Amino acid sequence: MSIVVENLTKKYGEQKAVNDISFEIKTGEVVGFLGPNGAGKSTTMKIITCFMAPSSGDIRLDNDSIHHNPEAIKRRIGYLPENNPLYYDMPIVEYLRFTAEIQGVPRHNIPARIAEMIERCGLDREKHKNIGELSKGYRQRVGLAQAMIHDPEILILDEPTTGLDPNQIVEIRKLIKDLGKEKTVILSSHILSEVEATCDRILIINRGRIVADGTSDTLRSQSQGQEILNINIEGEPAAVEKAVRALASVEKVTGVDGKSGWFSVQSKPEASSRKEIFDLCVKNKWYLMEMSGHETRLEDVFQKLTK
Amino acid sequence: MSKVWIITKRELASFFDSLIAYVMIILFLGLSGMFTWLIGSDVFFINQANMQVFYGIAFWSLFFFIPAITMRMIAEENKAGTIELLITKAVSDSQIVWGKFLACLILVLIALVCTLPYYITISQLGNIDDGAVIGGYFGLILLSASYISIGLFASSITQNQIVAFLVAVFIGIFFHILFGVISSSVRGFSGEIFSYLSMQTHFESMSRGVVDSRDLIYFGSIIAIGVVLSQVMLSKRNWQS
Repeated sequence: MSIVVENLTKKYGEQKAVNDISFEIKTGEVVGFLGPNGAGKSTTMKIITCFMAPSSGDIRLDNDSIHHNPEAIKRRIGYLPENNPLYYDMPIVEYLRFTAEIQGVPRHNIPARIAEMIERCGLDREKHKNIGELSKGYRQRVGLAQAMIHDPEILILDEPTTGLDPNQIVEIRKLIKDLGKEKTVILSSHILSEVEATCDRILIINRGRIVADGTSDTLRSQSQGQEILNINIEGEPAAVEKAVRALASVEKVTGVDGKSGWFSVQSKPEASSRKEIFDLCVKNKWYLMEMSGHETRLEDVFQKLTK
Repeated sequence: MSKVWIITKRELASFFDSLIAYVMIILFLGLSGMFTWLIGSDVFFINQANMQVFYGIAFWSLFFFIPAITMRMIAEENKAGTIELLITKAVSDSQIVWGKFLACLILVLIALVCTLPYYITISQLGNIDDGAVIGGYFGLILLSASYISIGLFASSITQNQIVAFLVAVFIGIFFHILFGVISSSVRGFSGEIFSYLSMQTHFESMSRGVVDSRDLIYFGSIIAIGVVLSQVMLSKRNWQS
């Protein structure tokens, strides 16, 4: 079982919200859609969940296509829309029962499924309340519970952690990770650390196109061209800077603002300046207090790709 | 269990939880009871053992109550975004619309069943024409179903419930009275067309106990057109650009 997206395009007037994207997602993958606001993440999700039809292109799940058999696809997907709309006037349990019935859960299984969802999403203390009485975090849990109630193979979560407090975010991430062991999960976010923490694979979408596809490590190494070191040398700063700049492998040296003796050193392509800097310090009897590699963060990759 | 019925059940529960159902039933019974028994040209005034007085009242009160029930059905979901949640479940657009339609119809049926004591009372007062009573109730049900489908369509074109209410009343008023008024001032073939389009023509013949296939076709077409148009509005998201 895999989700195959082929040449998907969605136009809003002249503007292409999604522009000819294709990708495939295999069973058990946790995939993160990453992109700036308005990049086309939600639109892609809305098309996969059969909320709207694409202008052109197709999405297939095994042999079912969104054009020919949307209901079969919908049954296999659990969806948490952006902003988590819910019927606020319904009690939680009633709402979950409604969702279970409509998703075709066999009647005798429904009470057990509801009980499991309430336990799994931590809704036990609140289960007799109306959804409208719940705090945002609990509503989010109800949203997750309704998405999972029919035990779908695929979970699509559009910004699942917006508006939650840090503890809740950690809990939801843990839940997503657990779910990822048995299910295919697609989630979208513009919070990079979240995607990095939860996803096996990241798709960076910008202006309706996929601009990067891979694990967070591959994305990082792809964009990481030259080595950047942060060093701290005890000595006369001006002299140190001059000496470091004179090294053969060093391309650029910049002082770190407000910290005397700290420099950021960019090496020439395919070269490392670590050893030369060490030797330099030994030669001049300077103390090398600290030297660390600057790790390319996903933020940098993201900014580079989506500017 | 059919998907339509699952949606109907939820909508009905929501009517009764939000008190809409009680308010609607009490107002309907209060108004129709007052004008049937107590005020104006009531049953005692016309001094005949029939339900014409009640039907005359219900004809108007349903005309206003039904848009008030239907106005929130789709407009509210459009506004809250829950329509996205509903559509992405394993149901088709037509099941959603029929589910909501059926819920409104059942609510109106409950209100109408509550008026059966009127029939029992009047039947004690004199010889009542049972055929006319059955025809009249049947007419009211078809009339309600027609306005429900118009109301659902009005609700599907907007996010605003008040707009939905006003649009439903606006469309409804043509069928309710305007076509009848026009037909009386136009002669010949076009006069007949307007007369055929008027609810009053069909309802009146039914409340006398005459059920004609022309009437059934008339109500059936309005219901079908309203429901289909609501579905089209719901599916609009697919080709909207």
